[in-house]
Amino acid sequence: MDKSFSQSFEIRGSVFIDAGKASTEVKTILKQLGINSEIVRRVAIASYEAEMNVVMYAKRATMNFEVSSEKISIVVEDEGPGILNIELAMKEGYSTATTEMREMGFGAGMGLPNIKKNADSLKIESEVGKGTKLEFVINLKEQRVPTMSG
Amino acid sequence: MTLSEVSSMLSCEVFCGEKEMNTIIEYGCASDLMSDVLAFSRSGAMLLTGLVNTQTIHTAFIAELKAVVFVRGKRPDKDLITLASEKKIPLLGTQFSMYEACGILYKNGLVPTMESITAKSSNG
Ligand SMILES: Nc1ncnc2c1ncn2[C@@H]1O[C@H](COP(=O)(O)OP(=O)(O)O)[C@@H](O)[C@H]1O
Ligand SMILES: [Mg+2]
Repeated sequence: MDKSFSQSFEIRGSVFIDAGKASTEVKTILKQLGINSEIVRRVAIASYEAEMNVVMYAKRATMNFEVSSEKISIVVEDEGPGILNIELAMKEGYSTATTEMREMGFGAGMGLPNIKKNADSLKIESEVGKGTKLEFVINLKEQRVPTMSG
Repeated sequence: MTLSEVSSMLSCEVFCGEKEMNTIIEYGCASDLMSDVLAFSRSGAMLLTGLVNTQTIHTAFIAELKAVVFVRGKRPDKDLITLASEKKIPLLGTQFSMYEACGILYKNGLVPTMESITAKSSNG
């Protein structure tokens, strides 16, 4: 069966009321395509954390979502402040979130590590003052047991 | 245990999802931090939380949680109930505090979903 599929979503920075809409749509589509539910869950979690980061830190972004018979890839390219030290941003617990963001249940510095945990590969490119491009892939062919990093 | 058993143990008010009361709840999970829920919960878990906003519902949908119980008398507004109904997430509310609600469910045998770091290192 050919599962090729792609779609783009626009994500607006600071619009907390819409935060999560793109990822819930991604999840609904994957379920409709009949993708294994554990994989759907991993993609949805990673995509939701990436979407929240755009809403919290960037001005706007495009999320490109692509499904083939081999893999699911998601690319989130934003216009925003960029990330100065990606290695530091990847550390569990590192966060520049404000109190307002923490009150939304996010901003514990777990987002990027959680994306990494759920993805089979993750690539982040960023230019300070311009924006960030985050790309992750989840393979459909070989299954794996996710590792807990806590 | 079933959601209806949870509901009676915690004397819950059911805001939506009356039809899902026979759902089996496999694990319990309690947090106001949605990132933690996303990182450590398993599908089939139920969430106890004091956080009442759209992120709670999205997190429940994304992480495949079976139900959300708001603690300490917190109530979702109409929009939140509509969103949860759309996503088929039952919403319940209890007057118990987070601590008491967890204690009651734990005592009645609901196992945790999050791995305890100390338990992991001491039990291997
Ligand atoms: N798209 C982004 N644009 C700018 N900064 C970002 C972006 N994503 C993440 N960051 C930075 O990396 C930090 C860590 O991100 P993350 O692990 O998701 O944790 P949290 O969002 O809880 O702070 C953030 O606090 C922020 O400083
Ligand atoms: Mg984040």
